[in-house]
Amino acid sequence: MDVKGSRMAKNVTGQGRPLSPHLQVYRPQLTSMLSILHRMTGVALSVGTLLLVYWLAAAASGPEAFETAQSVVGSFFGIILLFGWSWALFYHLCNGIRHLVWDAGYGFELPELYRSGWIVVGASGALTVLVWFIAIVF
Amino acid sequence: MSFKSHLGRVRGLGSAKEGSGHWWSQRLSAIALVPLTIWFAFSVAAHTGADYEAMRAWVGSPVVAALLILTITAVFYHAYLGLQVVIEDYVHHEGVKVAGLILVKGACIVLGLVGVLSVLSLLFASSQ
Repeated sequence: MDVKGSRMAKNVTGQGRPLSPHLQVYRPQLTSMLSILHRMTGVALSVGTLLLVYWLAAAASGPEAFETAQSVVGSFFGIILLFGWSWALFYHLCNGIRHLVWDAGYGFELPELYRSGWIVVGASGALTVLVWFIAIVF
Repeated sequence: MSFKSHLGRVRGLGSAKEGSGHWWSQRLSAIALVPLTIWFAFSVAAHTGADYEAMRAWVGSPVVAALLILTITAVFYHAYLGLQVVIEDYVHHEGVKVAGLILVKGACIVLGLVGVLSVLSLLFASSQ
């Protein structure tokens, strides 16, 4: 790593200090992985809204367009995308609630960070399984 | 509700020049989306394989149409605020950054509008 890199700040002693965690030398851990996953799922969900709007617009266009949209959504590739998006939605939702709790000023101690992190992992998985169970059964 | 300190109010709106407005809007839309997305995901799951008539009857209810419009509005508002931060953080070329921000804002407005109009058209079609 170039210590004279652009993302370094000079401190009072004139030494370069990193401004933000350097991912190349930063050991992966639950907290950092969940953090970047929040952004990634957010971007993925934004892209996913394209399918949502297509599905609604098709329904508004009439029975034939809706039929086509349903077969696109129900195709193998469509199901894979929907499964991924449903998990992304529940992950972003659960971790978003975790963020709101932090915003309220709670849960910053390291053991609490790990506990809430694992709760988010478990809850997002459980909600994904539940919603697909409902989708298949009903 | 203001999060600005007295000193902050005197000195201006900070380095972003917009104060806490963005942060607060992102949180408010997030809070709105907690019940809305849970309702939406489970409602859609319960309607898998529904035919056109069932879909039209579902969206034909004013309560469902209202919840769908609220969901669409909050989703695209929240998506724009989030994507804006991602672009500002990772795109360092000024021209590309501004172009990206305009493109994303335009896409969110167009997609949101198409979504809302689709719901309204289904709502009014079913009442005829």
